Amino acid sequence: MMELVCPAGTPAALRAAVEAGAHAVYCGFADETNARNFPGLNFSRAELAEGAAFAHRQGAKVLVAINTFPQAGRQALWHRAVADAAAAGADAVILADLGLVAHAAEAHPGLRRHLSVQAAAANPDVINFYAETFGVRRVVLPRVLSVAEIAAINREIDAESEVFVFGGLCVMAEGRCALSSYATGLSPNMNGVCSPPSHVVYAEEGAALAARLGGFTIQRSAKGAPAPYPTLCKGCFTSAGTTGHVFEDPASLDASELIPALAGAGVTALKIEGRQRSRAYVKEVVKSFRAAVEAVATGRPVPAGQLARLSEGQAATTGAYAKTWR
Amino acid sequence: MSGHAPEIPVFPRLLTQPLRLLPLQPMAAALTLVARRLIQRHPSLIARLGGHAAARFAIDPTDLPLTLLLYPHPTHTRIELHRGVPESDARIAGPLAALLGLVHGAYDGDALFFSRDLVIAGDTSAALALRNAIDDAELDLGGEIAVLAGPFRPVLLPLIEAAQRITGVALTRADALPGGEEGLA
Repeated sequence: MMELVCPAGTPAALRAAVEAGAHAVYCGFADETNARNFPGLNFSRAELAEGAAFAHRQGAKVLVAINTFPQAGRQALWHRAVADAAAAGADAVILADLGLVAHAAEAHPGLRRHLSVQAAAANPDVINFYAETFGVRRVVLPRVLSVAEIAAINREIDAESEVFVFGGLCVMAEGRCALSSYATGLSPNMNGVCSPPSHVVYAEEGAALAARLGGFTIQRSAKGAPAPYPTLCKGCFTSAGTTGHVFEDPASLDASELIPALAGAGVTALKIEGRQRSRAYVKEVVKSFRAAVEAVATGRPVPAGQLARLSEGQAATTGAYAKTWR
Repeated sequence: MSGHAPEIPVFPRLLTQPLRLLPLQPMAAALTLVARRLIQRHPSLIARLGGHAAARFAIDPTDLPLTLLLYPHPTHTRIELHRGVPESDARIAGPLAALLGLVHGAYDGDALFFSRDLVIAGDTSAALALRNAIDDAELDLGGEIAVLAGPFRPVLLPLIEAAQRITGVALTRADALPGGEEGLA
């Protein structure tokens, strides 16, 4: 059966994910070492140790995302995060920065290393470099590849692959996107926050709701229309007299129907995005995907999805996996 | 469990109108008592607010003629009730059933927000911190109120259960374990 890797923004979400059938959960510390560094989320050292013990009792693994890029002169914060994850009983760390991968390989050789999507490793040469040089065992592939490209990569690499199947979608080369930095001075790569809530303002403008990021209006939603979180890449802008989503529609990834194709492409693990979402969301999505991977493992069709209402913009896409042009 | 507008019950005006006539002070005192008890039992609620622990949160059930103003504190949390919308650092507004569903893990906050069932105003960061802190605490307001009722608990519990069944509003924790300390079963 394909491994289901599920989000845990809080200890309660971790328990919900494990009880709903997650084979593994991923989580992070409440600081800049983690690409979901949002207020009220994440784990203290003690919470991680408790969460790992709970998951292990239920037969699930805990993967700790330390997937931002260490800042010059402050590397100790990232090094300490790797050491503390190991001490708390993490089954693997998910890393993006080349230097931090090297540090983890040297200082904690027994700790399994996964390459984060933030490393944007999208071809066999770079993945094999990480695998051969630093013993990276698994790569989380960027959300810009088609199923055929994933199959081609898997034929040539000496590591497991993990792909996103549900949740928020990045259209940019992850780990290299500077849109949030441009608007707010803070980025997912250095500070762990894409479109930080400290720079988000919602304003009622008559019957419409305006969503602003760093003073820029990203979206104006008519009364009753779905309202997305204001990320620049999913904004609705007016350009050359035309108003629309210039970069990407505010739709969430739902690749549940592609699970058999992804299995055929040699994918080891399926990842659900959403560490910023509630335990109710985690429970519902994990249950649905656990049923899907069990169905695929026994040759049955994937059960029809019921998850659209939980999606950003309440619309879903298969993203780059099945590319089409408009 | 869902996060979609048509499934969120709205309290009938017949039930909510009497709140206009009730005195605010005793109700606020009772809510303060419940809030202090909750924070005493779930200290992570304050810890997760981090730098927003001193913020004033307006919790605005849009189908009630009242707004709660929450002043969080490790030992002296206070709740005020206002007839109008008070000045605050962050305001979270929506039908009472949606707000209770969020507290009890029946609804997802982002889904309610995307569908416009929930409105956030003011300091978005503070509002998110509160939402995430509450979600992690796995609160059970029905259970807490029943405990405070002391000897009347055995009478109150079936009433809360019945009200939940009839109205469809999540008055207790959605994922409470049967027979658990905070559960009603």
